[in-house]
Amino acid sequence: MTGTLDTLTNVLVKNGLLTAFAVVGITMWVSYVLSARLTRGHLQGSALAIMLGLLMAYIGGVVTGGKNGVVDLKLLSGVGLLGGAMLRDFAIVSTAYGATLTDMRKCGVSGIVSLFLGVVLSFVVGGAVAMAFGYTDAVSIATIGAGAVTYIVGPVTGAAIGASSELIALSIAAGLVKSVMVMIGTPFFAKYIGLDNPRTAMVFGGMMGTTSGVCGGLAAVDPKLVPYGAMTSTFYTGLGCLMGPSVLFFATRALIG
Amino acid sequence: MIIYGVALLSICTLLGVLIGDLLGAAIGVKANVGGVGFAMLLLLFVSEHLKGRGRFVQQSSQGVAFWTAMYIPIVVAMAAQQNVLGAIKGGPMALIAGALATVVCFALIPVIDRIGRPKPQLAEQQPSGQHRPGETA
Repeated sequence: MTGTLDTLTNVLVKNGLLTAFAVVGITMWVSYVLSARLTRGHLQGSALAIMLGLLMAYIGGVVTGGKNGVVDLKLLSGVGLLGGAMLRDFAIVSTAYGATLTDMRKCGVSGIVSLFLGVVLSFVVGGAVAMAFGYTDAVSIATIGAGAVTYIVGPVTGAAIGASSELIALSIAAGLVKSVMVMIGTPFFAKYIGLDNPRTAMVFGGMMGTTSGVCGGLAAVDPKLVPYGAMTSTFYTGLGCLMGPSVLFFATRALIG
Repeated sequence: MIIYGVALLSICTLLGVLIGDLLGAAIGVKANVGGVGFAMLLLLFVSEHLKGRGRFVQQSSQGVAFWTAMYIPIVVAMAAQQNVLGAIKGGPMALIAGALATVVCFALIPVIDRIGRPKPQLAEQQPSGQHRPGETA
């Protein structure tokens, strides 16, 4: 019996990507059934699937103590390949095939404004919360502020300005909260901000920035909007990494003294 | 052939990511700057161009369409590998900093969305560029 089980485990681990296709496919199916039966379609199947994914990531973290959700379970390591940066970028780029340049041009100035405002505002809010929690030095405040931009900008900024690893961990946590919140919250609040057209999707991408959150959230609202949000959010992290350790840190130091 | 579409998508993605990495290195940032965005623009331009010349047939575009359809499952797989435990364990400050930044930015989206959007009734009353209100001599 153990022999058979071992063989099965072996097959699943060896064919990790196929296991991932199967697991994700079943997750999607369960989500769409739950969406139709329990919420009568009010909560989109894809939104539910993303939440199930996050829940599984939480359980994976609790069980293994690792940082990569279910990927730390040997049996599900293939999910890391399916949902990793390579295939994620590949699939995001493919969505551009259905987009049009005319729609992107319509966004114009507001897209650029949203990028800068999104980065600066997140930084200021994050930094203000750090101050409210008793941090008084510019390095700590800037690192946590940068974490509120995205979980990549946080560590990049922290490392550049010499923050401690505890602070960097906190800044990553702040960014993760943002990413998870955007993924879960967007489908619920989309109608209140008029998120149903390419133009608003581009502003949304620029304001929220976190690529995983934006693309996950938009996928659950309307997959047609994904390329527009992805287009701006892909520049957000770059802009944040550029401004965090420079302009924003200097401004913080000037203000704090 | 379907592989032509997949290959085109791969080439655009690789080139875009390369541009993003080079741009990041050029401005001294340890991140990919807009790589996916450049890749999307490349795919848009190239596929428009090929379609215009009748070079991109239905079957080739299926190679791109498949990956568009795989997008949501890939996002689910991506969600399943987030450090959700880490986000919750970060304590109240990390939670509040992340949550508040999200809420404030989200709430301002409709305001930014209005910038530069043509207003039907005010379209003709735009200042002529040289003249600014309050700058009368």
